[in-house]
Amino acid sequence: MELIIDMEYFNILSNEVYKILFVLIPVLLSVAFIVWLDRRIWGLAQKRKGPNVVGPFGLLQTVADALKYILKEIIIPASANKQIFILAPIVTMTLALIAWAVIPLSEELILSDINVGILYLFAVSSLGVYGIVMGGWASNSKYPFLGAIRSAAQMVSYEVSIGIIIINVLLCTGSLNLKEIVLAQKDLWFVIPLFPMFVIFFISALAETNRPPFDLPEAEAELVSGYQTEYSGMMYAMFWLGEYANILLMCAMGSILFLGGWLPLFDIYPFNVIPAPVWMVSKILFLFFLFSIVKVIVPRYRYDQLMRLGWKVFLPFSIFYVVLTASVLFYFDLLPTRNF
Amino acid sequence: MRLNRFIKTIFLTEFVIALIKATREMFRPAKTINYPFEKGKISPRYRGEHALRRYPSGEERCIACKLCEAVCPAQAITIESTERPDGSRKTTRYDIDMLKCIYCGLCEESCPVEAIVQGPNFEFSTETREELYYNKKKLLDNGDRWESVLAKNIKLDKPYR
Repeated sequence: MELIIDMEYFNILSNEVYKILFVLIPVLLSVAFIVWLDRRIWGLAQKRKGPNVVGPFGLLQTVADALKYILKEIIIPASANKQIFILAPIVTMTLALIAWAVIPLSEELILSDINVGILYLFAVSSLGVYGIVMGGWASNSKYPFLGAIRSAAQMVSYEVSIGIIIINVLLCTGSLNLKEIVLAQKDLWFVIPLFPMFVIFFISALAETNRPPFDLPEAEAELVSGYQTEYSGMMYAMFWLGEYANILLMCAMGSILFLGGWLPLFDIYPFNVIPAPVWMVSKILFLFFLFSIVKVIVPRYRYDQLMRLGWKVFLPFSIFYVVLTASVLFYFDLLPTRNF
Repeated sequence: MRLNRFIKTIFLTEFVIALIKATREMFRPAKTINYPFEKGKISPRYRGEHALRRYPSGEERCIACKLCEAVCPAQAITIESTERPDGSRKTTRYDIDMLKCIYCGLCEESCPVEAIVQGPNFEFSTETREELYYNKKKLLDNGDRWESVLAKNIKLDKPYR
């Protein structure tokens, strides 16, 4: 009897593990691809060529970089808090990867279809700040410390407005399940009625992932490279991969919340034969393109401007928009009703 | 005026313009070149690596007048000479310390027989300092290797000398 239970347990475990690999490996590969794409878009928009030597079109550049990082020595500063110093990049990377468990690539392609998907996503992306703060604090050096403080303040501020933006979407769907959020956009993508929210979500996502123009935590002119200053070798690479996995996650979140996830552009012949994951990936790539081209065209914000934008502009405006959305939905009797 | 600016800020006008411009620039050809695989155009007057030239007969041009040694502001050139059995004066030693050289081109300008010239080659970095102390053999080898280009460049630059 006991043996049978064990076998069952093992079966479930092995089933889940192979599913996890099916999510993790594509995510890591696409992170490698996206790092290349980012540098390439950056280069092309500045009329340079960008990385184009390693592999076809330089596609293997990231692999070569990762190989270099693996071979390099990991230096742990003498005055650093060793345990936390080592833990920080692991936390960043893990949190960036586990969030992908709930991202639906199509109606079937989803690792765990939980009912509070959006809350899980929001919680995990909020935890992301811990890795950075731990890294900055444990380094026991002034630049990482200042970078971590900036990063913590920035990420916490912008999470508030992201949370309220998500409430807007939830008002329209009446569900926390990511699959149902996408299916609610069958007739109209939320980017059209909630366009100002989409813009604010995009800008907040930039701040949330420490991307230019909000890359204050690693402002290289002031803080060397912020919380990553004392890191080297594979630990640096893990921070770096975690950062890009987070960017990808934010793009996925944006396309699920506003751009209709895996739904085709129009539900007519040439569009609806294209498989659902292709739509999802192309929407993520579109958002990522915006992410990386912003890096070229916008200068870095000053710290007080960043805080002003977050607390005095985005927060009041998104709260106002919540009231507006709720009123409109209520007045025209469009509130989503669920059968409990 | 303030209202105008306010509207511009709200609708992110400047941002959208910049976005469109940057996207358009992406599809225009890059201004940079793929360096190790393609190289930029070099003027015939370019002052790169030195070379000692020979006459078509194979006789070396240098007559050991030591004008280049005298004019060299960095004192990078060392020449020793002797009289050969046929009565001509030739160098026994012609060294250039490429680390001292400032690539000013005065040696090339002072040479009455166009023996010492600076060629178009700029890729002669080495792993040790010693390899950059050029001697006569190395310079003559350079001359033999680059002769076709050197002759062409001198001809092209002649009208301006």
